Amino acid sequence: MLETTLAPAEIADLYLRSLGGTEHFIQGDEAAAMGALFAGCTFFGGYPITPASEIAEVMSRELPLIDGHYVQFEDELASISAVIGAAWAGARSMTATSGPGFSLMQENIGYAVMTETPCVIVNVQRSGPSTGQATLPAQGDVMQARWGTHGDHEIIALSPSTVQECFDLAIRCFNLAEEFRTPVIFLMDGEIGHVRDKTVFPSIGEVTRFPRRKGTEGQDAFGGETIPPMLEFGDGCFVHVTGSTHQDNGMRDVQTSTVHDRLVRRLVRKIDEARDRIAMVEVDVMDGAKTGVLAYGATARPALGAVLQARAAGAKVSFIRPITIWPFPGSQIAAACDGLDRLIVPEMNLGQVNREVERYVDCEVIHFGKIGGEIHSSAEIRAEIERANR
Amino acid sequence: MSIRDLSDPEYFDEVAEANAEERSMDGLRPTYGTVDPLSGLMDPAESVSSRPEHHRLLKYLRREILPTTFCTGCGGGTVLNTFTNAIDEMRIDPKEMVCVTGIGCSSWIPSPYFLCDTLHTTHGRAIAFACGVKVMKPDMKVIIIAGDGDLAGIGGNHLIHAARRNIDITVFLVNNFIYGMTGGQVSPTTPFGIRTTTTPYANVEHPMRIADLVAAAGGSYVARWTTFHAFQLMESMQYAIRKKGFSFIEVMSQCPVSFGKSAGMKDPVSNLKYLRDNSIHVDGTKGMSEEELEGKFVVGRLVERNQ
Repeated sequence: MLETTLAPAEIADLYLRSLGGTEHFIQGDEAAAMGALFAGCTFFGGYPITPASEIAEVMSRELPLIDGHYVQFEDELASISAVIGAAWAGARSMTATSGPGFSLMQENIGYAVMTETPCVIVNVQRSGPSTGQATLPAQGDVMQARWGTHGDHEIIALSPSTVQECFDLAIRCFNLAEEFRTPVIFLMDGEIGHVRDKTVFPSIGEVTRFPRRKGTEGQDAFGGETIPPMLEFGDGCFVHVTGSTHQDNGMRDVQTSTVHDRLVRRLVRKIDEARDRIAMVEVDVMDGAKTGVLAYGATARPALGAVLQARAAGAKVSFIRPITIWPFPGSQIAAACDGLDRLIVPEMNLGQVNREVERYVDCEVIHFGKIGGEIHSSAEIRAEIERANR
Repeated sequence: MSIRDLSDPEYFDEVAEANAEERSMDGLRPTYGTVDPLSGLMDPAESVSSRPEHHRLLKYLRREILPTTFCTGCGGGTVLNTFTNAIDEMRIDPKEMVCVTGIGCSSWIPSPYFLCDTLHTTHGRAIAFACGVKVMKPDMKVIIIAGDGDLAGIGGNHLIHAARRNIDITVFLVNNFIYGMTGGQVSPTTPFGIRTTTTPYANVEHPMRIADLVAAAGGSYVARWTTFHAFQLMESMQYAIRKKGFSFIEVMSQCPVSFGKSAGMKDPVSNLKYLRDNSIHVDGTKGMSEEELEGKFVVGRLVERNQ
């Protein structure tokens, strides 16, 4: 045993400090895991599943080095449960999975929404339904991320397009989870999870960590303000946490309609009110363009390639990339689509985000779906642009 | 009743008035949080100073939501009583405890009634939530109280793996042989041949012997007691809480309302006699065959390991 007088937090800080400014050629999965560490993640509960297993592997290697905790559970039901339990015991906690595991987690994602538990769920999307094409990418879980758990709710989901973004957005996921006291879904896809890019780790001093807002004894942890402070286990406040409808003090009250109405409307409102603040959209609008391409996740890369090729050939094409998927950045997208006649939406599914786009924009929305486990090529999307422009 | 009748506002007014009259009768009964649970039990003639105002264990309960919602004769009250006594005798500060529960009548024993940090989770997942809590708070006592349907039915996998992992948590599984809260459906522990609301022609499956299953899966302490054996149960609870590693007690309990109506034992006393008469201490089972033990509850300490 190495003897040290340093506190565990100091060791963690020294370790992360030593990584600051270093460059890496790593996969998206690895970058998401390292981003979580920089965000202050202290608990990871998971279960192996392709294409998300590398996140668990990195966490099992790194978390013990910074006095964090890694547990591999018997299934995804247990993983998300333990992640929520750990959050109430003071952890910044995370799990990572793919489609089948994400389906299993849905009930407890709703529990995290109802109990206002900050936590991060990474879903490295793969081709479904069911076992589908186990190792191959897809973007078929966008609507599941929004509506997979039962009942009225709002959710936050972010989608990265580069490995650097896997790192950076993982940090943002943790911060949004803490700021809004809610589960946040990191909606990656198998392509971004496994692709390797150059990634630079920032110096730990540059990383902003949104601190957990804690209440004091007697304070309501489940109401009284839009985002109430948290009372953690061991604080001596005798907090009562339940997924049943509850009063502001956490006590179960499933019979009073006004209690349920007030609670669920507040849970929806706290995210809905802040949607402009949560929205991240990359907009590259070209003056006079009549055609636009909107893409997210891995698909955004060939889509941008196609747009740049079309522009090089003299066409005017706009490019829009929502990074925040939920709450849907509709007004930002509508503004970017102003003046367009048509918007092409390539996705690795048979139609999900395009329908959400249709609710906000005035122009024609052309869905260009591709399934089968292969991402779109730039040539395919460029051909679609040319067809639309004709 | 036609849909036209049901949509008639005058008809609704009549029903509403009738209901209002019924509710005024209800006003005689205590409602949550407005009545001292012990009022009426004390003799008003007796001087207040001559006796403590409240029961000595009331400080361990969330008083504002008493009385409990348990049916008359439910074993849940006995478990809450023995558990509270166990904590009191051990001088454990409730601020050092987290009680984790699932869904069902038995889960209501500590959440919301016991005054400590309480995590009332989804159906079957109490042990999994508790693992996350214990990993982050190793110095706190993490105790799970939930039922047979919750821990052995829908959540059976977590029970097996927590025992295998030997994580330092304590599980009190209250086995009342039935899904009580949902109205008396067959559970993994319902005895063979019993009619329930979902086995109207009798249960054709054999019950799970949960404590034996946990003993085989691992764990440091495994015991079985019944609500009839209140004092043995309390001592066993203390032992389980003190024991390092995964500790487990299967508490055979009575449900006169949901199980009793199925088994023909509607009164609590015959339920308790059933538990007493069918219990056999583990020390007395040497040489007994499987057939002889059929339908018996082997009580006492089944396994103790130091891993």
